[in-house]
Amino acid sequence: MRGLVVLAMILCIAAPGTGATKMEAPAADAALDLRLKKLETELRCLVCQNQTLADSNAGLADDLRHEVRGLAESGKSDEQIKAYLVARYGDFVLYDPPVKGITWLLWGGPFALLGVGGLLWWTILQRRARRVSPEAFSADPVAEARGRELLEGTDPTR
Amino acid sequence: MKAMRWSIPLAIFLVLIAFLYVGLSRDPREVPSPLIGKPAPAFALSQLHDPANTLANTDLKGKVWLLNVWASWCVSCRQEHPLLMQLAASNSVPIYGLDYKDKPDAGRAWLAQNGNPYAASVLDLDGRVGIDYGVYGVPETFLIDKEGVIRYKQIGPLTMESLKEKILPLARELQK
Repeated sequence: MRGLVVLAMILCIAAPGTGATKMEAPAADAALDLRLKKLETELRCLVCQNQTLADSNAGLADDLRHEVRGLAESGKSDEQIKAYLVARYGDFVLYDPPVKGITWLLWGGPFALLGVGGLLWWTILQRRARRVSPEAFSADPVAEARGRELLEGTDPTR
Repeated sequence: MKAMRWSIPLAIFLVLIAFLYVGLSRDPREVPSPLIGKPAPAFALSQLHDPANTLANTDLKGKVWLLNVWASWCVSCRQEHPLLMQLAASNSVPIYGLDYKDKPDAGRAWLAQNGNPYAASVLDLDGRVGIDYGVYGVPETFLIDKEGVIRYKQIGPLTMESLKEKILPLARELQK
């Protein structure tokens, strides 16, 4: 019974795949589709701001996909297409904002925080190392002797 | 050393509060337009009430005007409509409409019902001009100067506040 259910599930997954192979587009179109798919995942839909152009169902996203395809078909490079959209919608359409004056905090911030954290960690370690320096122990000869006895197993009280 | 124990977390907390205060008080839907200070993208489109005739942005050179992007299907456009009517009645700055991705019949009916504040409206049937203007949330309003340069963009419905504090003073300045 269980095997049958698993088999049915596998068939369900496999079925759409076999359907798709039948209506395969010409090779050139397939390459373009692939390129557009990748490009669309790097662009933001401005209506539903946390979705890429590829994921969004918004009307504007549809129009922009159409526009991007038209530009690509007219021989524009990915960079030119991005520049076209940035000129209209600003850097916000790019999921990877460019490094420039206004975005240095965005790009550099995490590294600066890492640096500050590292510095803090180092100073704390330094301070701690000073506090538990070996001299502090050997300052008390009785305690040191007792420690040695315990460590070396020559504890006479046992 | 003792002081550092509380002063560092306090400083981090204050920085965090400052970031949150600024960050949360901004509207993420308002994406600054790169078009401010740039020449308004060219268009030449059929007029809503006179489809045989076109209106181009270059026809409006020499005057300060508002381009209001609207549509009969747009809910927030109803919200700003009374303000546009008032503004049109005051004759302070001419308003031109860009009827964005709308059915011309529906657009005309909508204006007949709610009043027409526009000197003229043009039809952007497929939304191509909208893309050139970076439109992503109708209604949007652009203030364009005598040279045809975009000077201000309002995303979302106009408010009394945005008109009185930004658009009208700037329009008066540009009209000089």
